[in-house]
Amino acid sequence: MPLAKSTADHIKDLAQRYPSKQSAIIPALWAAQHEQGYVTPEAMGEIADHLSLPASLIEATASFYSMFLTKPEGRHDVVICVNAPCMLRGADEMAAYLGRALGVRDGGTTADGAITWHSTIECLGACGGAPMMQVDHQFEENLTEERIDAIVERLRQPAVAAAPPAALAESETPKRKPAAPRRTRSES
Amino acid sequence: MAIKPVLTKDFATENLIQLKVYERSGGYAGYRKSLEMQPDELVELVKKSGLRGRGGAGFPTGNKWSFLPKGVYPRYLVCNADESEPGTFKDRYLIEKSPHQLLEGILIASYAIGCNLAFIYIRGEYLPQHDALETAIAEARQAGYIGKNVLGKGYDIDVILHRGAGAYICGEETALLTSLEGYRGEPRLKPPFPAVKGLYGKPTVVNNVETLSNLPHIVVNGPDWYISIGTATFKGTRLWCLSGHVNRPGNYELENGTPIRELIEEHGGGVWKNRKLKAFQPGGASMMALLPEHLDVALDADAIQKAGSLAGSGGMVVMDETTCMVDAARRYVKFFHHESCGKCTPCREGTFWMANLFDRLEAGAGKPGDIDLLLDIGYGIEGRSFCLLGDTSTWFPRSVIKFFRDEFEQHISEKGCPFKKSVQEAVA
Repeated sequence: MPLAKSTADHIKDLAQRYPSKQSAIIPALWAAQHEQGYVTPEAMGEIADHLSLPASLIEATASFYSMFLTKPEGRHDVVICVNAPCMLRGADEMAAYLGRALGVRDGGTTADGAITWHSTIECLGACGGAPMMQVDHQFEENLTEERIDAIVERLRQPAVAAAPPAALAESETPKRKPAAPRRTRSES
Repeated sequence: MAIKPVLTKDFATENLIQLKVYERSGGYAGYRKSLEMQPDELVELVKKSGLRGRGGAGFPTGNKWSFLPKGVYPRYLVCNADESEPGTFKDRYLIEKSPHQLLEGILIASYAIGCNLAFIYIRGEYLPQHDALETAIAEARQAGYIGKNVLGKGYDIDVILHRGAGAYICGEETALLTSLEGYRGEPRLKPPFPAVKGLYGKPTVVNNVETLSNLPHIVVNGPDWYISIGTATFKGTRLWCLSGHVNRPGNYELENGTPIRELIEEHGGGVWKNRKLKAFQPGGASMMALLPEHLDVALDADAIQKAGSLAGSGGMVVMDETTCMVDAARRYVKFFHHESCGKCTPCREGTFWMANLFDRLEAGAGKPGDIDLLLDIGYGIEGRSFCLLGDTSTWFPRSVIKFFRDEFEQHISEKGCPFKKSVQEAVA
């Protein structure tokens, strides 16, 4: 599926924004992912065309960064940190509980297509609120089993858009599709 | 040593993220004052203040600026907001609470070094913080702080906010620049340092969020005021990110030189669940463990280095007596293995084999020679890669082997983790 005209125009604008058009690759990949949910080979080809760069370069960059998805996944993305600072405060137990609550293994998507979850060893920068997880683009900190239940219940509602981050609720920032930070490189 | 906070002093003010509120708290006065000065005077002022980088290395900021070769333009300022050191969450807090404070620091630094285009490289996961900065930049542009002929002073500046996409390595300054150029985020060999050949091959300064956030205060209050805070070699305050087994984890802004004990016991409320302290890390995942006997060491980069660790990015991770040090080290090693960019073989392969050995130990399949093998792999990595990721992946595990070798031996002799079974139950 080709990118929407607005996305294509945005990518062309990005190329003008930086001293080197190559710097527009990562923002262009974000734009493609925001529109289509993940980065398709066709989208990478289109980005290459819009930036007049070889497609291999776009894919080389896309494959390096863990937040770019190359496959479709659930409507909501849940990532739970199990690095040491979170582990110290019970992240392993929370990850196991989340897996049981969703009924799918780490990396899986629920049968209703609502939620894809996985644990991550990459620190998300909320160790002060450990254990924590990232739900779409929002951090949920100081997790308990009860809080996980409530979050899962909310996400299971059909087509509920993720709430805007509290910090921005009153600002004029345009609504954006939730980011789907799922790693594409395997853990080992 | 109770001093008034510097960076967080207005954080209780409602809506500080809005430009007009930030201005009412004295915001942008430092930028206005800077524009009245000559750029060289400003560099001298920051040099005199003794400000040192808060990203990890602690390099004097003014000196970094003065390494830019004379007469070579364009030159760039890049704000490193790719905070991703496990145990560190201060930059996120600073941006969330006061995006304009950071932006003002960026504008002051840009003016000082003669840069007309500055970049903020923010990690992909910090989307709400990205949006807060985007709004702040738009507000500052509208107010005339960013743009052509700023406040009629003949200075042009633009700021580009650039979002990363998930890669710890991009916090390393040369990898960050490579990433900003659109490539895979792989580090470059230094020298040449970014000051000489940085972004797009041009002279570039890369400064951390907390470093830059200090600048408005230093300019407004003067270097003598700044020198009066902190220790002889590390001036000002620092945000310490307290996490792990404490009663009150969080960010605490303390004067450099405050004893570690005060951070953990007073501000953090002590070790949780009335347990004893076993070890702590003063500088995030990369840094060596310290022991309870080090509690009276000062929160000061030099004092911590003397004690055998490094202050790094200010992530203080506290571990109580129930912590399995093998498992703690295993997490970090797995993290570094996952985040190794793969450019240098010693780091790519070494972290892989260390992670395998740690998994084996924790699972109870460790063999008697494994501890020495771990140390051996560590020596095979350190000093043999382009950047510090490989080196730092070995520091914490080696310090843990030094202090808690018996725990490793126990994992091997008991064919499993002794902590998972007995200790936690006994104490809980």
